[in-house]
Amino acid sequence: MAVLQYREALRAAMTEEMERDSSVFLMGEEVAEYNGAYKVSEGMLEKFGPKRIIDTPISESGFCGLGVGAAMAGLRPIIEFMTFNFSFVAIDQLINNAAKIRYMSGGQFNIPIVFRGANGAAGQLAATHNTSTESIYATIPGLKVIAPSNPDDAKGLLKSAIRDNNPVIFLESEVMFGWKGEVSDAVDYLIPIGKARIAREGTDVTIVAHSKSHYIAMEVADQLALEGYSAEVIDPRTIRPFDIDTVIESIKKTNRCVIIDESNPFASISSEITYQIQERAFDYLDAPVLRITSKDVPAPYAKNLIEYYMPQAKDAYDACKRVMYVK
Amino acid sequence: MAIPVEMPKMSDTMDEGVLAAWLKEEGEKISAGDVVAQVETDKATMDLEVYDDGVLLKRVIEEGDSVPIGGLIAILGDEGEDISAILAAYGLGGSKASGESETTSAAEPAAPSKVAEQPAEDADPVSATILTTAPVPVSATSDAGGRIRASPLARKLAGEHGISLFALSGSGPEGRIVKKDIESAMEGGSSSVAPISAPAAVPAVSSSAPIAAALPYAPSDSSTPAAAPSAAPGAYEAVRISQMRKTIARRLAESKFSSPHFYLTIDVDMEAAIAFRDKLNEKAAAKELSKVSFNDLVTKSSALSLLQHPWVNASWMEAEGEVRLHNEVHIAVAVAVEDGLITPVIRHTDRKGLSQIGAETKDLATRGRNKQLQPSDWSGSTFSTSNLGMFGIEEFTAIINPPNACILAIGAIRDIPVVKSGAVVPGKRMKLTLSCDHRVVDGATGSRFLATLQGYLEDPMTMLL
Repeated sequence: MAVLQYREALRAAMTEEMERDSSVFLMGEEVAEYNGAYKVSEGMLEKFGPKRIIDTPISESGFCGLGVGAAMAGLRPIIEFMTFNFSFVAIDQLINNAAKIRYMSGGQFNIPIVFRGANGAAGQLAATHNTSTESIYATIPGLKVIAPSNPDDAKGLLKSAIRDNNPVIFLESEVMFGWKGEVSDAVDYLIPIGKARIAREGTDVTIVAHSKSHYIAMEVADQLALEGYSAEVIDPRTIRPFDIDTVIESIKKTNRCVIIDESNPFASISSEITYQIQERAFDYLDAPVLRITSKDVPAPYAKNLIEYYMPQAKDAYDACKRVMYVK
Repeated sequence: MAIPVEMPKMSDTMDEGVLAAWLKEEGEKISAGDVVAQVETDKATMDLEVYDDGVLLKRVIEEGDSVPIGGLIAILGDEGEDISAILAAYGLGGSKASGESETTSAAEPAAPSKVAEQPAEDADPVSATILTTAPVPVSATSDAGGRIRASPLARKLAGEHGISLFALSGSGPEGRIVKKDIESAMEGGSSSVAPISAPAAVPAVSSSAPIAAALPYAPSDSSTPAAAPSAAPGAYEAVRISQMRKTIARRLAESKFSSPHFYLTIDVDMEAAIAFRDKLNEKAAAKELSKVSFNDLVTKSSALSLLQHPWVNASWMEAEGEVRLHNEVHIAVAVAVEDGLITPVIRHTDRKGLSQIGAETKDLATRGRNKQLQPSDWSGSTFSTSNLGMFGIEEFTAIINPPNACILAIGAIRDIPVVKSGAVVPGKRMKLTLSCDHRVVDGATGSRFLATLQGYLEDPMTMLL
């Protein structure tokens, strides 16, 4: 097991896939000469040359459309967004072209494309650079959405995403790029899309949390363990298709669930998970499903406010206590 | 198709009704418009009509049983039709999980009191489900609508293990019964628990006790005083709380606890009114009109005074965020009846003559005593009066009749020495006490109203102006 940064794991996944398949290429702003705005693609230009590591103008709609066309023509593009906040200017390419061409062509075209980059809030970046996009993209049939929380999952899932014949929204995190973790050395390490990971087994409450929120879940589970409560922590890893079975099986055991989700609350990932839980596990619930999300406002700039805006471990801890009916 | 007959809302203040008497037998043919039963509400005993043709397949509740509005009373349909689906829909039959084909006995225990009489041997998971879902008010864990609060898991576990949710008190928020409560019940850890399956362990008598405790008329845990006198047999007579007494209890407590009352008393010289009334009644007798009472004089002069004091003829509408100043005057007159009191309304009191007011008051009182009043007779008042003068009561304070802002308490006319022009002379005086809701009416407002009222009574001819 090698210990890699999250960005190194992403780079390893892309490098391996590009070595394996000459139709894979990377395109985006500053990915080549500058080695990536967050150094994810560091050294890749040198290794693969300018035909496969391509700098673009600041023109998301243009290079996303180019990517979709390339995918239709049989290549396997990886499109990097400097952050997913910039995907909004290309949203027609993502939602109406990438997601729907296979359907509208009656299956004549596959769209094997990955859109990847930093998602969600990352500190004092103010309202327009702090959006969590998972629920926006996960609601579109035809898109897969992945949001790994650690380097190992990042590598295994990005490799699977590149090999997938459908468009994948691959959500990373500015905050996590430098975080380190053990990554499997296995040759061709693939993690299946749509499979959740039980990060910690427990019997008293199920905590579901993806991406950065996963670490809040683990912190809360640690605190609860000190008090003698056993929390089961599930990292969905893939947002869509969502592995509801793993969550339901867990709730059958614990009878209660708290979801931590960085998205804004209305019509968020946590809303959907909660719906599916009440539909499939109604008779197993001993308490309402509670969730901790970011606040229902645009992200503020001030340090104290952005901290308050984000999901708080204390709130998640309190929610777990509430659903367990303990003080 | 079988048709459920539900407890209708027969008055504004009604929460539940008692089935006073069945007028049709099971198996009898019914036509739309037939009266199948009589229902005692908080105000009156009323006929229960059905709106469909069919055979009375089942009388779901017994005479004397009480069900909330919307609760199932009876089922109509074609002869021999399966009614289990309707019973299930009202939480009285088995659920899907407990099997589709229920025997008659499984669907039988519809009314809780009936269930209580069943020997425990009959109790099975199906009847346990019935108990857990029957829509009957319960003490600790039910909400205002009478539904038990329990988590979905707790309901499922209770059904599986034959534990009655009625007998449990929930430890969750707002008394919600949760998994832990069922588990401790299964362990026999809670003394407040009566498992109704396990026939060998639990004799029939003990299984009925906690269920009876959950019935609306039995004292519940929360309402039983800690030191209830353990009187010897025969030391007291238990009188069932009637719907009317329940409503009186609820509405008057609500009024006294939520509206800050204050009281203003004024002494009225009634000499002129007495002479005026004597003359009027001579004329009334000649014209064969209804006699005019002092109460009628007070009613009429109150109505005229209210026209000049809109803030006394008002309602505090908390939810709407407004005080409603009524443009019309409808005075409710408190009438004592056998087991309580009712407040029928004399509509547009200000526009009616004294004789008409007298006749209407008499008619409403008579019909009230015979329980013949309709909801329209007692709703929509803007002001109320209560008179205990005939009992010799000198003065008293009445509790405001919501949503009125004021009520006038009328005392007896007394022969007392009064000072007139520096000399003590015999006088006729009557005390009026106005109870005011201070959220609407201030001291000065109420006092000015009373002064106007006093003016009319002390110079009755001015009522004609």
